[in-house]
Amino acid sequence: MFKATVIIKRRPKILDPQGKAVEQGAKLLGFNNVKQTRIGKYIEFFVDTTDKKLAENEVREYSEKLLSNPIMEDFVYTLEEVI
Amino acid sequence: MKPKFGVVVFPGSNCDHDAYYSLKKVLGYQAEFLWHKEKDLKGSEVVILPGGFSYGDYLRTGAIARFSPIMDSVYKFAESGGVVIGICNGFQILLEIGLLPGVMIKNESLKFVCKDVYLNIESRENIFTKSIQQNILKIPIAHGDGNYFTDEITLKELEKNNQILFRYVSSDGKVNSESNPNGSFMNIAGIMNKRKNVMGLMPHPERCCNPLLGDTDGSLIFRSVAQHFLN
Repeated sequence: MFKATVIIKRRPKILDPQGKAVEQGAKLLGFNNVKQTRIGKYIEFFVDTTDKKLAENEVREYSEKLLSNPIMEDFVYTLEEVI
Repeated sequence: MKPKFGVVVFPGSNCDHDAYYSLKKVLGYQAEFLWHKEKDLKGSEVVILPGGFSYGDYLRTGAIARFSPIMDSVYKFAESGGVVIGICNGFQILLEIGLLPGVMIKNESLKFVCKDVYLNIESRENIFTKSIQQNILKIPIAHGDGNYFTDEITLKELEKNNQILFRYVSSDGKVNSESNPNGSFMNIAGIMNKRKNVMGLMPHPERCCNPLLGDTDGSLIFRSVAQHFLN
């Protein structure tokens, strides 16, 4: 079995109104050095197989087809074998 | 023969009954609900993907609904020239499935906006606006994720092919940031595919069809589509 973690990030050119709003909060708190806050998604799940290659393909396809929208998002993932 | 509209019902759709009521009871067309788990479009000549919060808007708006069994049939129907209208969440589903280009992101204000807006009809060579006499429509919006975004290349394509159907404008027809309720790229409120048989719009025409409720500009879009089938 593998544990997968997928991080989905908004492409740099895509506006992130949530990130912008959160950063306003940062300014209110006095974090004046905080810049370019961007909000993404962190998703974790298990892939029930012993075949690493198969697990990797599944994670990639799941991320491409459903978890992210390739028009506005990029993703990175990690895969770790667990018992 | 009255045209037949099929209204898809996803878990979380909440404008399905409004659409059904306006089409059948107010405008007198044939209408039928299409459950998302079915594959049969039941002889619909126009498929409506209604507004709402399909699958709770989880992950991204429309991201999960596009994998519903009915969407296979809707996709094939659209590809073979069938007329499909996506309203609000339905528009978001059409973007996710790739029948229309672009994406929806959160409103610039981060607020859910529910109010009447003015739309300029940008293109007439299509069944959705062909028989509408006026240039500006007043139709309500109600969404939190209606900020249309696409890249410059796609925008050029949309413009070149007259695929932009509606833009948010002021009551006297000016395209400016004050009349843009959500931050949409180029004030875009509704677009079509290249073939002009698939249309998506954020405003809710089904909410302004009944004269008893006041405005009726929404009915003009449905009437224009119906006219195409009556001719």
